[in-house]
Amino acid sequence: MAKARLKVPKKAKKGDIITVKSLISHPMETGQRKDKKGNKIPRKIINNVVCNYNGKKVLESNWAPAISANPYLAFNLRASESGTVEVIWTDDDGSKTTQSAKITVS
Amino acid sequence: MKKARLIGAAIVGFGMTLTAAAYAEDEVRSGYYWATEETKAMQDDDFANPGFIWVESGSEHWTKVEGDAGKACQSCHENAEKSMVGVANKYPKYREDMGKLQNVEQRINECRTKFMKAKAFKWESEPMLALTTYVRHQSKGLPVEVDIDGPARKFYEAGKAFYNERRGQLDMACKHCHQDNAGGILRANVLTQGQSNGFPTYRLKWNKIGSLHRRFRGCNKQVRSKPFAYGADEYVNLELFLNHRGTGLKIETPAVRN
Amino acid sequence: MKARDHDGLSRRGFLAAAGGGAVLAATITIVPLDANADVASTKKAVAAITGGKETKSGRIKIKAPQIAENGRVVPLTMSVESPMTDSDYVKSLHVFVQNNPNPDVASFHFTPDCGAAHVSFRCRMGQTSPVIALAEMSDGTFYQTDVNVKVTIGGCGG
Repeated sequence: MAKARLKVPKKAKKGDIITVKSLISHPMETGQRKDKKGNKIPRKIINNVVCNYNGKKVLESNWAPAISANPYLAFNLRASESGTVEVIWTDDDGSKTTQSAKITVS
Repeated sequence: MKKARLIGAAIVGFGMTLTAAAYAEDEVRSGYYWATEETKAMQDDDFANPGFIWVESGSEHWTKVEGDAGKACQSCHENAEKSMVGVANKYPKYREDMGKLQNVEQRINECRTKFMKAKAFKWESEPMLALTTYVRHQSKGLPVEVDIDGPARKFYEAGKAFYNERRGQLDMACKHCHQDNAGGILRANVLTQGQSNGFPTYRLKWNKIGSLHRRFRGCNKQVRSKPFAYGADEYVNLELFLNHRGTGLKIETPAVRN
Repeated sequence: MKARDHDGLSRRGFLAAAGGGAVLAATITIVPLDANADVASTKKAVAAITGGKETKSGRIKIKAPQIAENGRVVPLTMSVESPMTDSDYVKSLHVFVQNNPNPDVASFHFTPDCGAAHVSFRCRMGQTSPVIALAEMSDGTFYQTDVNVKVTIGGCGG
């Protein structure tokens, strides 16, 4: 039950380079730790993040277990038209978490 | 530090070397003061601060109807962003009917069991951390302001005694690190005054948010003493003492600390 | 969360410190992984991306703490100089921490629509290490930069 947050400026001028900030609650279990009984805790991480802007993929990132728990990612986008910025996080187990935000470009 | 007058002398007590920096007892400082620039930046930006995951989740719990009475927190307290402003910074409070102190977690569980007819949350559970963080966050920026007069006095004194009392195999009291050596270095870590104004706090070490009592238990374990239970009277009394000791500091919940 | 390696050491170190100063030095010394092995595995990871092509210096900026407050959460900001036009942009940025058990951290794949090849994120570092950034440009050239980030052993911190 990952909880995701996404911040995109509500308004921007056409051509502006805006900053998108994202955060998702996730333990990013490395697969290298052991539990109290000495059994390996299986790896479970977010391994892929995609950002779509009005349905078009603008950024993709692949993550290794070295990304900290509750991963934060900030990146840039060039504001071209009003619409939706959507970020999709994919877990090792295949589950996806999506968060989106509207932007008005003038 | 205003007067960075280093008392060069290393205190060799308990086989541990502490570098003692000048520290005046009346200079109250939040742990924020000793955090690195990067950690400060992480706390300062509401969006980069991972503690806000719990603030947000707390706001959802606030409106969630649970229990046989069919109520949510908001059924009685309405909008937390108004009703909870300036509330948590005054806790723990003396409760005459209970004959002792009550802190925020205990107040939440009282509401749940008594008025919502719902099950009490476990202390360090996700919903309890989320709600406590959410409620404390409404007082962010307000000064810590607890009442230690009247009937609360003896609990304050008990908390103060606990703070100054040696315990555990290392025979150390809270004050040895957080008062006598605050600002000094314990191996690679800076010892802070151990103030409570940022709790529940997102700790880099924990990878999540945690309660003040979790921190107490951690400290107690580090000096190799048996920790008390979450919500134990000893800890609630200590909480009152600590909050009073930090009078004037502003609530930072959710703070980010090492 | 249960402690990872370096924290286990910190706890032991703390207890050793409590037991006696002499033991302290011995206990907190981290046995470094074979430095050459780390360099080799990172080089291999880089070569897998570049295909053995030469990497140039410059263009990449890394903002990282000199000393991380906690190796579990090391904030990093990286940017690659580029006009980010359809004909000239940064395709990818790959990040490695040389001395981690596995040097891979993340890969970021940009498009001209990003406007700037600029990312902030947080990574885990088991010990002091170079953080390496490798950028792949749209014309097929590569740039590489690194910075050293120190990771210290905590004192206590229940």
